[in-house]
Amino acid sequence: MNEILQGLIQAFWLVLSFDSELITISLRSLYVTVTALVISALIAFPLAAFLVVTRFTFRRAIVVTLNALMGLPPVVVGLIVYILFSRSGPLGVLGLLYTTSAMIIAQVIIITPLITSIAHQSMQELWSDYRNLLISINISKMQRVGTLMWDSKRALITACLAGFGRGIGEVGAIMIVGGNIDNATRVLTTAISLETSRGDFALALALGFVLISLAMSVSFATHWFGKTERGDLR
Amino acid sequence: MFPLRVTDVEINIKSKRLIGPINLEIEQNGISILLGANGSGKTTLLEALHGLKKLSAGKVEWTISHSLAAKEQAFVFQSPIMLRRTVAENLAFPLKVRRLSKSTATAEAMAWAKKIGLENKIKQQAVLLSGGEMQAIAVARALITKPKMLFLDEPTASLDGATKKTIEDILIFASRNGTKIVMSTHDLGQAKRLAKDIIFLHRGVVEAHCSKEKFLTEPTSKAAKQFLAGDIVL
Ligand SMILES: Nc1ncnc2c1ncn2[C@@H]1O[C@H](COP(=O)(O)OP(=O)(O)OP(=O)(O)O)[C@@H](O)[C@H]1O
Ligand SMILES: [Mg+2]
Repeated sequence: MNEILQGLIQAFWLVLSFDSELITISLRSLYVTVTALVISALIAFPLAAFLVVTRFTFRRAIVVTLNALMGLPPVVVGLIVYILFSRSGPLGVLGLLYTTSAMIIAQVIIITPLITSIAHQSMQELWSDYRNLLISINISKMQRVGTLMWDSKRALITACLAGFGRGIGEVGAIMIVGGNIDNATRVLTTAISLETSRGDFALALALGFVLISLAMSVSFATHWFGKTERGDLR
Repeated sequence: MFPLRVTDVEINIKSKRLIGPINLEIEQNGISILLGANGSGKTTLLEALHGLKKLSAGKVEWTISHSLAAKEQAFVFQSPIMLRRTVAENLAFPLKVRRLSKSTATAEAMAWAKKIGLENKIKQQAVLLSGGEMQAIAVARALITKPKMLFLDEPTASLDGATKKTIEDILIFASRNGTKIVMSTHDLGQAKRLAKDIIFLHRGVVEAHCSKEKFLTEPTSKAAKQFLAGDIVL
């Protein structure tokens, strides 16, 4: 109990004093996850809309696979990315191992199936509403994709939120491919893990506190944005 | 001259015959009214003509090419499909997809909102309006591109007298200005007011297709007689 209290006090202190290391680590966390999220969204949303508006042979198989990949254990993703980018691996020449780029790649692999599935689900519902109208108005496939994405933007924001939560709190994969190197690849989660193993629970808790605040403020901001965006519509 | 010829069209779902075989010639002039009891196949036939239903047999031929015909027709569904956008955006949508300038689209949307008496609601979310208001928007949205052919599936079924009159006037005006209208209805009074010719559907086949006067005064089939008698009883 005492440790929790101490952790909270120290966390407040670290935040209020704009502790430079804390800020660097937090910003790095944000950088990795937000970048991964943007890349994932650029892949996931058009893909999900495309899967909804087209009918082709392996469509269902792809949807099922994506749903299954949602449960992909991050550690395994980390392992695979590690093998790909390790010096003897097929992509070793790129020299990305133990960089934030490798961490971003790992997170893209973790986040993309998740937000594709969420987006696909809601766009599927919208499509069953819209289908006849959009076909009747004779709009192109690209325009269908655009219309679906635009009109389900609230669901897509929610998907982003879920993706952000998954990414910012993820530790297994980025620990393996990033290596938790001080001043280079250390982020909030890996720092917490390190401080815990070192026995510095107070600092670990302080970092955890910042992590939770980050996740929650993003969530509140999104909620607020969604509300003002849509006015009275539920 | 006829804009549309239907030859031996059948629609089956899992060996169940929904409609057909249907042979029809629809002429350019006047409003053609599709009459028939619930479940007689009106919706199925209209959607087949519009290209929303796959034909199990037969063909639908236009005097213009199929791809041109697809651009030149519009459809008003039995239950209106509203985009999750404002009234103005719903009205402007077909123009926007056809890449008209934003100012033209907005001006047209405003003009149509006036015609259907919704100019004060253009900023509201369409899905929050009443059923009758949505139906009026659906009709206006279908006519905003000045289609050569307009299908309507019981567009005034849930409307009060005044709104019904507004829509009927709009349809008469459109019909006089070069839009061929094919419309289904339950409302015999409406058929009397609007029709040039009447297509009577019974259990998925066309039992009569003749001028309104002929249909009303000397119905040829037993089912048609009963249909007309039913109106008198009600
Ligand atoms: N997808 C479907 N699967 C099976 N049966 C169908 C399907 N769609 C329509 N039917 C059947 O086809 C028949 C014609 O339906 P349709 O909707 O065309 O009738 P309708 O004349 O429009 O009736 P209403 O006046 O009630 O709108 C009905 O018996 C209906 O049950
Ligand atoms: Mg119907």
